[in-house]
Amino acid sequence: MTDLATLTRIKKIKEKLWFTLCAFFALLTIAVLFWILFDVISKGFSSISWTFLTDRPREQMTAGGIWPAIVGTFYVASLTIIISVPLGIASAIYLNEYAGKGLLVRLIRLSIRNLSGVPSIVYGLFGLGLFAATFRLGTSLISAALTLSIMSLPWVITASEEALKAVPQSFREGSLALGATKWQTIRQLVLPNAISGMATGSILSLARAAGETAPIILTGAAFFLPALPTSLGDRFMAMPYHLYILATQHMSPGQVRPLAYGTALVLIVLVLALNMVAIIWRYRVRKKQSW
Amino acid sequence: MFKVHDLIAKRISLVVNSKSGEHSKTIQDQLTRQSRSSNLGNYLVEKVFFLSGMLTIIILFLILGFLLINSWPALQEISIIEFLSGTRWMPSAPEPGFGALPLILGSVIVTIGALVLSVPWSIAAAIYIGEAAPGKIREILKPVIEILEIFPSVVLGFIALVVISPVIANVFNLSSGLIGLNGAIVLAVMTLPTIISISEDALKSVPQDFKEASTALGATKWETVRNVSLPAASSGIVAAIMLGFGRAVGETMAVLMAAGNALDMPIREILHIPVPTLMQSLRTLTATIAIEGSDVPWGSTHYHALFVLGLILFLITFAVNLISDIMLSRFQEVNRND
Repeated sequence: MTDLATLTRIKKIKEKLWFTLCAFFALLTIAVLFWILFDVISKGFSSISWTFLTDRPREQMTAGGIWPAIVGTFYVASLTIIISVPLGIASAIYLNEYAGKGLLVRLIRLSIRNLSGVPSIVYGLFGLGLFAATFRLGTSLISAALTLSIMSLPWVITASEEALKAVPQSFREGSLALGATKWQTIRQLVLPNAISGMATGSILSLARAAGETAPIILTGAAFFLPALPTSLGDRFMAMPYHLYILATQHMSPGQVRPLAYGTALVLIVLVLALNMVAIIWRYRVRKKQSW
Repeated sequence: MFKVHDLIAKRISLVVNSKSGEHSKTIQDQLTRQSRSSNLGNYLVEKVFFLSGMLTIIILFLILGFLLINSWPALQEISIIEFLSGTRWMPSAPEPGFGALPLILGSVIVTIGALVLSVPWSIAAAIYIGEAAPGKIREILKPVIEILEIFPSVVLGFIALVVISPVIANVFNLSSGLIGLNGAIVLAVMTLPTIISISEDALKSVPQDFKEASTALGATKWETVRNVSLPAASSGIVAAIMLGFGRAVGETMAVLMAAGNALDMPIREILHIPVPTLMQSLRTLTATIAIEGSDVPWGSTHYHALFVLGLILFLITFAVNLISDIMLSRFQEVNRND
């Protein structure tokens, strides 16, 4: 009897030890996250000023600000979304509204999952070869945006499909029963109800595209430019690439360290803010939808 | 809002009118013409959507085809065997070398190093979140860990460069901490959210009956996790690890900034046996494309050689993703049948 009691107690202690160990690793993940945030915020905060945000780099990037990089990131990310969102939504509509469950659809889904696993640098290489070299667009804003669009397509499709799935099937049946055609149903009923879900998905894709570096290195991001891009054929500066340059390619990396931290902070704040907007928006939309 | 009503009203009136006889033939024509044009419209709309649906397949084949076509000139000049077994990567030297073995090895060992760190860590974290954490803590942990996934990789590479590498240099008494280990550490952090969330999903999808049966037999919660949940979720967890592998092997900026990028073979002789090592500066496939791709002359052998590296990367990640995909869907199917 006592043997059994001690055995149970030992088992209980063992259980406690193992679960504590597991909890330690879960909390360690959170600790790493906050430590990175803290490091970037604490060391980058002192660099942030009005001049830093609105001036261009001066004296071989050892002074001045990151305005051209902010503008460049804004341009390339916006263009990316303009190109990829309509295509992604159309593709999601096909998958969720028109397609059945055949082999072709399974192949499409398989290719979406595989595309989202293709390394970003391979997209860069593809964009360099197709848009910049073959289509003769050169290394430019449009080449980079097209490359990022292709890369973000799987994310937009997945998010849009989820938004379409959230619209109850009964809505569609009701509309079809009234004699509406499929396209009328989609345009007047399904899309209006799915549009905010699609928008949040697009914002999340925008945040990811804004933080990407590898594809734009090959397709159009520039080391330093004295002027802002004025056409789609111009090269551009971008925040992630600027951070990379300051951190590794500068002649005196120690001297520009505060500027690098400042750039990292602006980039992280931008990406986190976009994510927060998307999450809050999604939360409010879900609250409003009572079905 | 609904134009549908108008349409229906029109149809009904057409049908009613047609019964009056006089104009029946023209009205009949009108009806068929109308339905034909709306059919045609619907048909066109459907075709447009079908084409957009096909877009991803087209892009996937376009990428593969493009990599193959652009690799071809390099593969004709340099044999595939030299690519895969040569140890000298010097594409722009007067006597160029196109041996990609140091780069392939670099990619593989940094990735394996990253997984050695992140797999036990992620599984432990997933067990806690999925099986042990109280509901409220889980609700907080899950989204917070997902934030890690949205950090731009260039920022993580920057942290590895300025914060972790000095620590490594100190601990191991090296002149520089920009070595494979540094790359492996930052990649480990980057793979955490992927492996944690998919493993946790896998653990959660183990049928409740299994766990209850185990508890009813007198097993503690930990024994249930170890003897029932983990084995039952193992294929899902393996799929998670493979996705992590795919993500790590394809990551560019973080390893580019962290691992030093030296072109030597990442191998050290221990007792005259060559052993792969993370304790020296190394360069991955991805970093090579990023470094050399921006200023390579278009159309040169070097340019095409970079496409060969891209092709190798594409094939590795494609295979890994495909296998993990098959494993995940099989895992989900098995659990659905239960």
